[in-house]
Amino acid sequence: MRVLLIEDDQQVVAYLQKALNEVGAVVDHAGDGREGLLMAASADYDVLVIDRMLPRLDGLAIVRTLRASGSRTPVLVLSALGEVDDRVEGLRAGGDDYLVKPFAFAELHARLEALLRRGTGDTSKSRFQVANLEMDLLARTVTRSGKEIQLQPREFRLLEYLVRHAGQVVTRTMLLENVWDYHFDPQTNVIDVHISRLRAKIDRGFQPPLLHTVRGAGYMLRDRH
Amino acid sequence: MCPLPRLEGERKSGAICNTYFAPCPKLLGSTAFRHALLYTVLSMGSVLVLLGFIYWATAGYMDGQTDETIEAEIRGLAEQYQRRGLAGLTAVIAERVGRDQEGASVYLLTDGDFTPIVGNLNRWPDAPVTSEGWTRFRLLEWGRDKSEEHEARARTFLLRGGLHLLVGRDVRDLEATRRLILNALGGGLLITAALALGIGLLMSSRVLGRIEAINQTGREIMEGDLSRRVPTDGSGDDFDQLASNLNRMLERIEELIGAVRQVSDNIAHDLRTPLTRLRTRLELARSDDPEQTREAVDQAIGDAEELLATFNALLRIARIESGSRRSAVTDLDLSELVRDVGDLYEPLAADKGQTLNIETGGALTIRGDRDLLFQAVANLVDNAIKYSPEGGRIRLSTRDSEGKAEVAVSDTGPGIPLGLREKVFQRFFRTDDSRSTPGSGLGLSLVRAVADLHGAKIELGDSGPGLRAVLCFDRKRD
Repeated sequence: MRVLLIEDDQQVVAYLQKALNEVGAVVDHAGDGREGLLMAASADYDVLVIDRMLPRLDGLAIVRTLRASGSRTPVLVLSALGEVDDRVEGLRAGGDDYLVKPFAFAELHARLEALLRRGTGDTSKSRFQVANLEMDLLARTVTRSGKEIQLQPREFRLLEYLVRHAGQVVTRTMLLENVWDYHFDPQTNVIDVHISRLRAKIDRGFQPPLLHTVRGAGYMLRDRH
Repeated sequence: MCPLPRLEGERKSGAICNTYFAPCPKLLGSTAFRHALLYTVLSMGSVLVLLGFIYWATAGYMDGQTDETIEAEIRGLAEQYQRRGLAGLTAVIAERVGRDQEGASVYLLTDGDFTPIVGNLNRWPDAPVTSEGWTRFRLLEWGRDKSEEHEARARTFLLRGGLHLLVGRDVRDLEATRRLILNALGGGLLITAALALGIGLLMSSRVLGRIEAINQTGREIMEGDLSRRVPTDGSGDDFDQLASNLNRMLERIEELIGAVRQVSDNIAHDLRTPLTRLRTRLELARSDDPEQTREAVDQAIGDAEELLATFNALLRIARIESGSRRSAVTDLDLSELVRDVGDLYEPLAADKGQTLNIETGGALTIRGDRDLLFQAVANLVDNAIKYSPEGGRIRLSTRDSEGKAEVAVSDTGPGIPLGLREKVFQRFFRTDDSRSTPGSGLGLSLVRAVADLHGAKIELGDSGPGLRAVLCFDRKRD
């Protein structure tokens, strides 16, 4: 993964560069808005991580300019604490995802992977398979080892998202935004309960277990042989 | 500051100090005094115009009358000369001179060399003559018991044959009158100036007094006594209104500061616990066993995240309250939103053996911020589930009533006592029974902030048993 990080906070830069290198990403860095825009426009990156508050040119202006010039590179916008409600503004400017500092690296990583997959994946696919789990979006059926599993509409949507991101970490916030289409901060572990129920339906009585909890990050649907 | 020493007991009457010791520089420099000065100048200007008019109407008129009379007379005489010749004119003039006992009129007829023929002037005056023949000169009257200097206004005429005729009027009395009028007017102007200045000073010192009272209160407040109020005198005038408005403001400020202190106390109290816990865990993290260390660090990260979430929630509430999030308002269906909330929370309720009933009707459109409203309703439902016992029942419903859209969340928990139904919306407020349940104490604060932003009302009532929370919105007009 080739990442361009446009961020002026040195601590965040150091932290992210180290962490991203560890997961095998190549990170370029720009310390102010104008330099960042120049780099984004003159080289190819898989994903851009842009902070909102930048010297010389602010993050959203960079995104707007890039979009206006036809760039389709996925952009993840970073914003300071307290601006979680400005998500709409960030997305409207052309950003693809929005994350509030401070964040766990796992969250950032999960979202970057999701953005990458969104960019390259085949969105017209209607049948998915993970180990012996099969999902047909058109027929609205889920089977495991040939046995059909009855899911409620919301459980189906939840599984669909997990399946589309099979092998990737999916955080609770990502689930809330994409499966329930709301951005909010739950006070309790309301998502966890949904996952437990789904797990009970698709994993119990079957082998191998597919729906895993990734500690400190979220969940993942994967065949862990 | 007043340079004079302050006497005991004069602390509150600083204004009186200023009035009595008038050359006080503070008074002279004040806005009120400058206004008084301006009014004085304007009054004097107006009075000047008025007096000028009076002068013109009186003395001016009198002048005009005199000139007209002279003009008429001299034309009459010229006519006489035409009809009756020199002899006739001479006779008329002589007759008129004889008739004029007081010497009010002046006549002189001379030949071409200015040698007098008839009249009561001894010679032709050598004062300048205007192009129309008017002149003004001094004459000395004698032949009576006194010898006085007079002034005369006269018209000269050139008759056929080179004769010069002069007819005039003694304007001594006129002049006296004119001077009288001028003096009176001048005196009036001076009186006006004095009065205007005096009244100006008086009024400005009164105004200063009222303003000083307000300033004094301000000083006392800034020295730390927030309970001070501006004195009012019940007269209801502008200063009084200013004073009562300021007092109302001060009350509000006192209220708010009290609330802030309360909240700060609560915050300090409520955040101390997780911070202490964090610290303890980090201390434990200093162990030789890497597995234990890892465990402790993970838990510490969890604590830190909890704290961050609390701060984030606080900041959110503050931003919502300040109304800074305007961009995300759209038309939305409240029924659908409520169903989505129910959908999200149903498993949580089921896990506690509770039933969650969702009762919504047709589409209920309002204008609002989707995410914020979801958060608000979710907070209410979350509370309902949290505080209801196992096997309890939660009811989530919408209602369209008389142009208002209502969202109601009722539970079978302990409810909230009547006296606390306003307080629970304060940040970090937890009722005694709820203190032990997990939660930040910010849920309802956010609900109130979101309601206020939407111009909606949030009301807490009894559900017999349990709590019934109702959010009431104005419906979008189709």
